Amino acid sequence: MKSIKNHLSLIVALVSILFAIQTFFITDRALAAYEETLKSHYSLVVVSDKKLDLAALKKRLPYVENITEIALESAVRKIDKNISEKNMRLLLTTLPHFYKITLKKYPTSKEITKLKKSLHAIEGIKSVEDFKESHDLTYKLLLLFKSVVTVFSLVVFVITLLLISKELRIWQYKHKERMNIMGLFGAPKWLSSAVLFRLAIVDAVISSILVMILFGFIANSRWLLSKLDAIGIKIVIFDVFKDFPLLFFAALFLSLILASTIVFTHKEEV
Amino acid sequence: MDKVIVASDLSLAYEKDEMIIKRASFSIESGSFVFITGASGSGKSTLLKSLFGALSPVEGSLIVGGVELNGVSRSKLNLLRRHLGIVFQDYKLINEWTIDKNISLPLIINGYEKSVTETQVETLLKHVRLKHQSGKYPLELSGGEQQRVAMARALAHNPIMILADEPTGNLDDYSAQLIWNLLAGANEQLKTTVVVVTHRIPQTLNVDYKHYHIEYGNLHEVN
Repeated sequence: MKSIKNHLSLIVALVSILFAIQTFFITDRALAAYEETLKSHYSLVVVSDKKLDLAALKKRLPYVENITEIALESAVRKIDKNISEKNMRLLLTTLPHFYKITLKKYPTSKEITKLKKSLHAIEGIKSVEDFKESHDLTYKLLLLFKSVVTVFSLVVFVITLLLISKELRIWQYKHKERMNIMGLFGAPKWLSSAVLFRLAIVDAVISSILVMILFGFIANSRWLLSKLDAIGIKIVIFDVFKDFPLLFFAALFLSLILASTIVFTHKEEV
Repeated sequence: MDKVIVASDLSLAYEKDEMIIKRASFSIESGSFVFITGASGSGKSTLLKSLFGALSPVEGSLIVGGVELNGVSRSKLNLLRRHLGIVFQDYKLINEWTIDKNISLPLIINGYEKSVTETQVETLLKHVRLKHQSGKYPLELSGGEQQRVAMARALAHNPIMILADEPTGNLDDYSAQLIWNLLAGANEQLKTTVVVVTHRIPQTLNVDYKHYHIEYGNLHEVN
């Protein structure tokens, strides 16, 4: 019972911190997935009098993932299915070339303006459609999400500091007497603080396992999965091989910092 | 006889301008039994603290077990403390450890083997008449029993010297007598030096002892 009590206070603090960290990871992952979706749906359309050298163009422009020429014939046939072959050929000789540009990332408004300027500088390009209005609206929404995540991470950081400093005071009070007594009998620092470090390591292991189990349940929650599915986001809620080591090391780092602070700020009182 | 404590012009203070012990010079021979008496606040506990290095001398020299404690390094102090047994009025037991583990503390620190430690703890528990309480935690015991545990801990590693600060201050007569007997026994049988800080010297104690008294920060021997 005594042993469980000794562990419980730090485990509760660590589990709360790890829970917040993992929630931050999930939010960040969801945001990245959402940005990826936006990116895959966004493209620019370039209209050019001349046929463009696509390979050279791709090398010259930043963030460009792919440039493809839009097949006009099929586009025209979609509009007018009854167009004759003669008229089609005539139309194709008069129409300019249309190109679709997809990007490596979801661009900022500034990046679009820059890209557009670079495209206009190329000989033959008459116009560039960047769907700016729709892009800006979505981009602002994305920025808002990112700000929310940043604020959330700051809050997590502050709460972590508060929890740790509170825990530090509890531990200092709890372990001071034992360290004092051991010191009176000539125990070296490593021996009088061994219990503290053992406690820190064991608690880090227990709390990271508890968080893994908790997120194991959350990852299988039908409610959450259906919500994510509804907005077209597919993410890994808890990656055992990636997230567990990260959470474990975070817990270990925090608890070892806690133990070391107590050991190195300890002053003998008799 | 060898001198286990040699103090020359020793001054002790918590704040530099308020000397608690003023230029005390004395020596304690190995194997002797010494009482230090004085009124409350006279500085007798302060002097005892300095003997195990919990308080550094402000001036003068204090040599305990061949180690100069004025400016001593932590590692040297640890080495010295491993050969001392200390008993406090408030017992200073580790409450989350069983009494058996508390008694074994100096043995663990001194690197004794587990089997030796276990045998020694068992012997000491019998010696302090607490065999029936083995496995219990300090807070499950009475004050007198806790002090007997502290006494067993102080004796566990056959120290060269036992330093006791008001060891019977909070105890009933039975436990107090048992503590005095244990201290006298260690002194007579094991030739352990015993330094006791107390208000009153027990009348029933049957050992030769040296008596120092502290008054207004001055230490003098009482004949």
